[in-house]
Amino acid sequence: MANSIRPRAWVDSGVTTLKMIISHPMETGLRKDKATGKKIPAHYIESVIVKHNDKVVLDALLGPAVSKNPFIQCKFKGAAKGDALKISWTDSKGGSDTGEVKIS
Amino acid sequence: MKRRTLLKGSLTASVAGVAAAAGLLAPQMVLAAWPKAAFTVKGVDNAVKTLMGSNSMADSGAIKIKAPAIAENGAVVNIAVTTSLKNVSSISILVEKNASPLTSSFNLSAVTVPFIKTRVKVAKTSSVIAVVKSGGKLFKAGREVKVTIGGCGG
Repeated sequence: MANSIRPRAWVDSGVTTLKMIISHPMETGLRKDKATGKKIPAHYIESVIVKHNDKVVLDALLGPAVSKNPFIQCKFKGAAKGDALKISWTDSKGGSDTGEVKIS
Repeated sequence: MKRRTLLKGSLTASVAGVAAAAGLLAPQMVLAAWPKAAFTVKGVDNAVKTLMGSNSMADSGAIKIKAPAIAENGAVVNIAVTTSLKNVSSISILVEKNASPLTSSFNLSAVTVPFIKTRVKVAKTSSVIAVVKSGGKLFKAGREVKVTIGGCGG
């Protein structure tokens, strides 16, 4: 699942804004497959971590009630233009991915 | 015969005991990684208690929730939470009428601005509740989101 994270980050008067969309089905485990009538197994992101210079700025715990292709926006101080942010997620099936974005 | 039943009984009891011990241990192991119990428990108060260890929350006017008054599509509801409270260590978003109210919880660092925007699923017309942990205390605010079904737009 390469490139599942689509981030964008920019700094404005000392505050960095990070927006990201992660491609993920976020299945709750309650939905039924219309063709077979069987339940679609749960599959959702449990954790998203954003790091700036190896310091965690956001540690998000998500549940199945977060919408498909989760969108998260956060803001933090102390970063400068050109700095890299590292984003990583793990899901309920043990899947994971990482991404990086440079602050503009 | 009596002895057998006794043996059988004690055996089942010990098996149950082991199972209970395992059951007690398992959630703790899960908690270290991802608080599964908090995400599956029913009721806002229970969810907050499981997640935070306490559910004594004060209503706060310092928490602002931006959410649509009417959501046409309950599967994607934009929620933004911001607060003027100081020393915010976490922001959690709960939907009261969802089977499991807790949708997400964001742990913030000292440099993170107490602002979170995300998209959640809202099963039916419900109050969206933001719980903010500030200086070790819990504060909450709520906002009603109407979910229309059928796509008439309300």
